[in-house]
Amino acid sequence: MRTMTRALGPFALAVLAPLVARADVSYERLLRAGSEPQNWLTYSGSYASQRHSTLREIKPSNAANLELKWVFQAQSLESFETTPLVVDGVMYLTEAPDTVVALDPATGRIFWRYQYNPAASARPCCGRVNRGLAILGERLYMATLDDKLIALDATTGQPVWQKSVADPAVGYAMTLAPLIVKNKVIVGVAGGEYGIRGFIAAFDAATGEEAWRFYTIPAPGEPGADSWKGGGDSWQHGGASVWLTGSYDPELNLTYWGIGNPGPDWNPSQRPGDNLYSDSVVALDADTGKLKWHFQFTPNDDYDYDSVQVPVLVDLPTTSVTSGKLMLWANRNGFFYVLDRKTGEFVRGNPFVKVNWASGLDERGRPIETPQPEGAVTFPGVQGGTNWYSPSYSPSTQLFYVSAWENYGSIFRPQKVDYAPGLQFVGGLPGSPLAGAANLPRIRGPINNWTEALGNGAVIAIDPRTGAQRWRVPLADVSTGGILTTASDVLFTASRDGYFYVLDARDGKQLWRTTLGGAGANGPITYSVGSAQYVAVSSGNGLFVFGLRR
Amino acid sequence: MSIETASRIAAWIGASIVAAAAAHAQPQHAGQYEQADIEYGARLYLGRCIICHGERGDGMPGVNLRSGRFKNASTDRELSNVIRDGVAGTAMAPNAYSDSELTALVSYLRNFGSYDPGRSGKPGDAERGRQLFQGKGDCGSCHRVNGVGPRAAPDLSNVGAIRTAGTLQRYLLDPTDAMLPINRPVRVVKRDGTVIVGRRVNEDTHTVQLVDSHERLVSLDKSQLREYSIGADATMPSFANVFDEDERADIVAYLLSLKGTN
Repeated sequence: MRTMTRALGPFALAVLAPLVARADVSYERLLRAGSEPQNWLTYSGSYASQRHSTLREIKPSNAANLELKWVFQAQSLESFETTPLVVDGVMYLTEAPDTVVALDPATGRIFWRYQYNPAASARPCCGRVNRGLAILGERLYMATLDDKLIALDATTGQPVWQKSVADPAVGYAMTLAPLIVKNKVIVGVAGGEYGIRGFIAAFDAATGEEAWRFYTIPAPGEPGADSWKGGGDSWQHGGASVWLTGSYDPELNLTYWGIGNPGPDWNPSQRPGDNLYSDSVVALDADTGKLKWHFQFTPNDDYDYDSVQVPVLVDLPTTSVTSGKLMLWANRNGFFYVLDRKTGEFVRGNPFVKVNWASGLDERGRPIETPQPEGAVTFPGVQGGTNWYSPSYSPSTQLFYVSAWENYGSIFRPQKVDYAPGLQFVGGLPGSPLAGAANLPRIRGPINNWTEALGNGAVIAIDPRTGAQRWRVPLADVSTGGILTTASDVLFTASRDGYFYVLDARDGKQLWRTTLGGAGANGPITYSVGSAQYVAVSSGNGLFVFGLRR
Repeated sequence: MSIETASRIAAWIGASIVAAAAAHAQPQHAGQYEQADIEYGARLYLGRCIICHGERGDGMPGVNLRSGRFKNASTDRELSNVIRDGVAGTAMAPNAYSDSELTALVSYLRNFGSYDPGRSGKPGDAERGRQLFQGKGDCGSCHRVNGVGPRAAPDLSNVGAIRTAGTLQRYLLDPTDAMLPINRPVRVVKRDGTVIVGRRVNEDTHTVQLVDSHERLVSLDKSQLREYSIGADATMPSFANVFDEDERADIVAYLLSLKGTN
């Protein structure tokens, strides 16, 4: 230490002082994430993925006193779909494509920025986006567009290790926030439009060594392989991607993941059979990746009804029919499902938007299909009755909340397509029922010339005990905003037409709104610094953070 | 804030402007290149360029690197771009060089004609440098490398990709001169008397962000501070009298080998 003594003085860095708390998130803390509402420790707020916080400072009686506290402007013009983490006084978020930023959650000022430049060969179908991070111990984990899993030091932003997960040149990509379970980092791969064979994989958080891999399409000879009929290699290019973060039940040690569409997306005649485990939820043993059960929402999908939505885990009183350990799921196919998450058994299901591709669900939850004649409009349309943006469940109101696309349909025209590595493998292109309108209306743009003729959005509240809609707030444009609720019965969401809404979770009454000028494209989160509660929501390319006027 | 502190900051601001201007100057002429960069560039040339361009720089027909004139480049920036991007339609392929390596190669090419390998210092040995870093220099007691060591001083895991050989050499000799102004040490007294010392990582008109001595990320509202002062001198001592010239070359060789995981 001779060299150090020369530097001792008022500015000397006391590196030998006993270390006190800095970013250090144990698995035990993740298990009890809900008990530290000042933080937001995982993509969905907790392993149950309810996007619900017990913070109560902002409540219906004072929500009108909200004001803007700070704005973070992303250095990217891609859709801003990240869910920030907040950990002991530091916020961590991602900017598209694969940049991590650490900032002060009270002011938005930046501590550090780590920019990873994904390989030019990365070819995500639908935007060079990243939805966020996971944290364990002193490390952050990011999944990149070119299929790298990167561990970063949370204090310095320096990469600690990097692992190659798949080959971006043939269409694999990663856009999701990883999920930590125990000492493992779990990720899945996008690429359902490129004829990939999807998988979920777990890596040792300390070393990056792969622990297990579950293919979402069984190989010949494995259970479920006979759901890919007709011979050939359709199973090898059958998609079944995984592009949103799963959930976890520590009591059952099961991790639940939603699986994407089969490929080619819109030409099911090229892949006869149910096409397991596309459009399903799978329950995997978190230690081994072994399949415990699965439930398929849309067998032999004609419509690209990805079932990647985040599984919402809810405990309700046990009945003679269910264990009370339930899973709630508003699916892209237009039905709202209640499943028993212990067994995967179907409990209940009913449409939450206009549906005509099926007349209902049978007693085991399988759709009773009613394919529409050629050229007719199918509801919901290709983007679904809802999609990737997170829903919320409030234990206080016991209601489930979701952004719904109502009265929205598409005309499906299948086409044969040959598989070629790295090229899109979709089998047709859905059309709009309105001549001249865009086939795949993603953003209406600053002028809403798309109008009520093609559907509308809504924030809806569903009672999971009955499946009935309790209330509904209609929106002129469809919405890509996720939903957050709090124990004080406040609901937060941002719409695609640029509004930030604060609603009463009990009845949908508007408590406050402001305009942010861009599409809401993530789920809002909430946290606190000192006694002050904050709500952070993305709109356009900014993260807007609100709190009460003081 | 005391008058004394304010004047220190004012003095620092003046000094930092000069330092920043020097750091960002783009040398355009021979003589402005640092010896460490020229030597690093010579070693890179030997390892990667010599196969095609030859020992005397005239291995490719119509190309003479010793002449100081380049067909596709006039400025250093253009020369750097040609080395990185290659020349379409020729055997000169793109190369994934780091900024440090590009600076070194440009420095060498600008001095190709006059560079005498016999007269320059011994090339550093990265493995010996690693041993000196951990042993005699005790550098690991402040700096972190590849996940090992404290975080109070800058993490050096990728320093070889982001700092030039010349800059690293200067850090060893005169850290205060070489230090980025943002990394100047700060000392803060909060209204409740709490003292925080640390390394500044960001600052705006009203707030300052730092890594404190407990390795925590801290953000402070300046209006809530009793005292805020910025140190003029680097916390890091000079190693001019700790290492001899050969040892410094070894340390620089080791630091240049640290290129991060990307």
